[in-house]
Amino acid sequence: MKILSINGPIIKADNDGSIRMREMVKVGDLGLIGEVIELQQEHAVIQVYEDTTGVKVNEKVDALKYPLSVTLGPGLLGGIFDGIGRPLKKFSENGFIERGLYPFPLDEDKRYDFITDMKKGDAVSEGMHLGHIIEMSLKHYIMVPPGVTGIIGDIFPGKRKVEDIFCTIELDHGEPLEIRGFHKWPVRKKRPVNERLSMNEPFFTGQRVLDFLFPIPRGGVAAVPGGFGAGKTVLQHSIAKWSNADIIIYVGCGERGNEIAQILEEFPTLKDPRSGRSLMERTIIIANTSNMPVTARESSIYTGITMAEYYRDMGYNVTILADSTSRWAEALRELSSRLEEIPAEEGYPAYLASRLAEYYERAGSFKTLSGKTGSITAIGAVSPQGADFSEPVTQHTKRFVRSFWALDKSLASAKHFPAVSWKISYSEYGEEVVDWWKLNANVDWDSMRTTLAETLQDADKLENIIKIVGFESLPDREKLTVLSSNLIKKGFLQQNSYDPVDSFCLPEKQVKIAQALIYFHSRSAEMMNEGDSFNKINKSEAIDKIQRLKFIPFPSAEFDSTLDEINTELEGKQ
Amino acid sequence: MKYRKYYTSIKKVWGPLMIVEGVEDVPYGVFTSIVLPDGTERKGQVLAVNGTEAVVQIFEGTGDIDTDHSGIHFSTEPFKVGVTESMKGRILDAYGKPRDGLKPIVAKTTRDINGRPINPYHRTYPHDFIQTGISVIDGLITLIRGQKLPIFSGAGLPHYDLALEIAKNARLKDDNEKMIVIFVAMGIKHDDAIKFYRSFEADSKLDKVILFFNLADDPPMERLIIPRTALTTAEYFAFEKDYQVLVIMSDITNYCEALREISSAREEVPSRKGYPGYLYSDLASLYERAGRMRGRKGSISQIPILTMPNDDITHPIPDLTGYITEGQIVISRELNHRGIFPPVDILPSLSRLMKDGIGKEYTRADHPHLAAQIYAAYSYSQDVKMISTVIGEEELSPTDRKYLEFSRIFEEKFLNQKRGAYHSMEKTLEIAWEALKVLPRRELSKFTKDELDKYYD
Repeated sequence: MKILSINGPIIKADNDGSIRMREMVKVGDLGLIGEVIELQQEHAVIQVYEDTTGVKVNEKVDALKYPLSVTLGPGLLGGIFDGIGRPLKKFSENGFIERGLYPFPLDEDKRYDFITDMKKGDAVSEGMHLGHIIEMSLKHYIMVPPGVTGIIGDIFPGKRKVEDIFCTIELDHGEPLEIRGFHKWPVRKKRPVNERLSMNEPFFTGQRVLDFLFPIPRGGVAAVPGGFGAGKTVLQHSIAKWSNADIIIYVGCGERGNEIAQILEEFPTLKDPRSGRSLMERTIIIANTSNMPVTARESSIYTGITMAEYYRDMGYNVTILADSTSRWAEALRELSSRLEEIPAEEGYPAYLASRLAEYYERAGSFKTLSGKTGSITAIGAVSPQGADFSEPVTQHTKRFVRSFWALDKSLASAKHFPAVSWKISYSEYGEEVVDWWKLNANVDWDSMRTTLAETLQDADKLENIIKIVGFESLPDREKLTVLSSNLIKKGFLQQNSYDPVDSFCLPEKQVKIAQALIYFHSRSAEMMNEGDSFNKINKSEAIDKIQRLKFIPFPSAEFDSTLDEINTELEGKQ
Repeated sequence: MKYRKYYTSIKKVWGPLMIVEGVEDVPYGVFTSIVLPDGTERKGQVLAVNGTEAVVQIFEGTGDIDTDHSGIHFSTEPFKVGVTESMKGRILDAYGKPRDGLKPIVAKTTRDINGRPINPYHRTYPHDFIQTGISVIDGLITLIRGQKLPIFSGAGLPHYDLALEIAKNARLKDDNEKMIVIFVAMGIKHDDAIKFYRSFEADSKLDKVILFFNLADDPPMERLIIPRTALTTAEYFAFEKDYQVLVIMSDITNYCEALREISSAREEVPSRKGYPGYLYSDLASLYERAGRMRGRKGSISQIPILTMPNDDITHPIPDLTGYITEGQIVISRELNHRGIFPPVDILPSLSRLMKDGIGKEYTRADHPHLAAQIYAAYSYSQDVKMISTVIGEEELSPTDRKYLEFSRIFEEKFLNQKRGAYHSMEKTLEIAWEALKVLPRRELSKFTKDELDKYYD
């Protein structure tokens, strides 16, 4: 096939009839990777994943006979890939992205120890684990590909490289199938599962405001909308660092290069508080920064979620963080406009909503083909233009996510971080997580959450009155509400992501602090009923101690003794 | 530039664009030269190729081009600029040609002005701060080497004065390091642009600056290439010659307008306010050229200046810029009216990278908490100020009155700084503490006990 026209990342080539929709192609003398996105009798429209400068009409286009795919296998963990899964570590030392290069994404020289108790003649079916190797410190299962049923012909335990044959499977018809350490999977096709499960275990981010007020279960979906400077990226990084996921896939999609550099510098030095492993060992980075080709930005979230599904199939809890889905949507818009499609709202294509739905619906808690339970939790940042949440990406995203963590710029400029607004954020996952709290922390989480939320709300209403008459003119009881609400904000909602202790908070510690806050409020109200003045309560040393609880390591004797002191202080005021 | 093909088959000319038909083997994105009937040349670039038709964008205006007598040369590659250390002290145009009347630049090395994206894996995260001597920046919006930190301003505000102060005073921790300022004028007034030159000249520091000028009456389309020419020069100095480069680009708003003009001439579907949907990606292709790279000593820091139309920070240009850059310095009209210089409104201002470039190892251990406390206190004091306008200062609680006092001292002593006065980091932190000391100790919740013991009492 030959190139007919070039318009930025979109080229047209003549259609010789052999090419299929969504097939991958190599474009021009440079051999740039592209994907067929529209077919007509006479021509094919191809989106090219690299800069097309220098490409000429009449240069050749070669069909690769398979759809846009990503290589899956051991060696993804700790890696960094671009939007189409190319290994950025393997690009040349000159430090700039070059064109037309497709190094093998995995480490082809590394020898893994393949451990298996399967043997020749065993019957196997799709998704079944044939054995495992150790990737970083994780069991990486070698699986029977979807759709395959047969009998093991040969199996080769011991030292293997990813490109070696691990096993052969005799099929009912045809040649035996060779199973290697890696395989390719089309990024736009979801990997099959046995069934979707209901969610009942919280996904702990380590951020109090999220875990306690706006929770999300493993397998849930959440969106983080916020204007620039509201702290989306810092929050996503915090979740990547401190959440209780087995594997984190961080998709830096159309964002800053320095943020990726920060992860690469920081993560290897930090340890997962639960497993003690280096954070980088559980992290995969997909980096398609804002100056890299928009087409590869469009594919980056699919590349990310396909990798997530691969590890989910092994029975892991994977979390995918996409920063930012708005940049992805803009990539869609740009490509759509180059295709001269009729735009819907604000120039976005009419299929924006369905594409968003397709992506978020790949998250969930699942029974895998091998019968294990695995989950994908998806958290997407949204960057609304002008911090206006009525724009199409935010609005459509809202339809498909059940946790909405809205970041408020005014909180951010008052240095209230994470700047999650308690007014417009919500979570519809209360039911999914309430039992966990009862069984594991032995608390009525729902009523505690309601109490905190009510105090915040009451104080918000008073804010307007304060603006007119001033704080001093409020009755004592209302002054207490404002005080309690400020305590909740400073001592609970605000969390310093750079503090070695406070950057991450265990659920048990969250409960203790919440209990102290609630007790402070109810006890103070009681004392005022008994005749104490607000000014007396306001001088209580318990206030400062409650505020500093979050900075005290937990569990620790210091934490317990501070709690005791707070209680004594409050009791003693009788 | 090498030109290969020459055609006279111009089919259509409109806006800044033209279509040439019957072309063969024209690569996408290459540089062109259009020859007018009178022999003058205009430079351009291929925007699309459709069969035997090429769409060409003309940088220097389409006036006087005709279909019958004008011709066009197509080169074989995108525009390249010659780069050499002897560009120092010169005023150049969008193509790297002198516009100071001095001898031409002779360069052995040429570089494609579009550059290539830096492999994120090969970036190093910025840590070292650049001391500007301006308290509000060093103390609260610290500029870090490799950062892109725009100034969001408005028409008639002293953003050039601020940029000039930064450019002239910027110091590195190590005096032996080489530093250079690259100033890019995009559609700004002659007076504003030449002020930079004169100011460096007066201090005999012309070897510390390179100026690229596209002034208000120069062809608008050249604004699309001049920042790229300048950034290519910056990359040469930073990554090949080990310089710490500070690029000041002004005015991004004019750049975006040129982009919008091209987009609308091509009848593209606009997104907001007529700007093209790819405005974000296009701006990113400029801003993301800031940074540091593994194994190289130099760095590129950027201070893009943009005047917000109608002072509106939600306008697409500041909005999209804010999403790409690592913070912003916001100039306040109100503070300017009150005669405070630099009139920086700290609340919407931010330096995303400062947290990793200040503190014990870099400035002083209490610096991060100090900055956080100032922000929190100033933010609260603004609320108090608003309430006091309604209920009167007398009705405020004693603590709230302290906040008002804090805000006055902060604005008058910390923000306000004589032009040309250089504040050391020590001095900056000292004034900040002076303002905070007005508040009761209990209000200073961002500090540790030790810090309060050491500095408060």
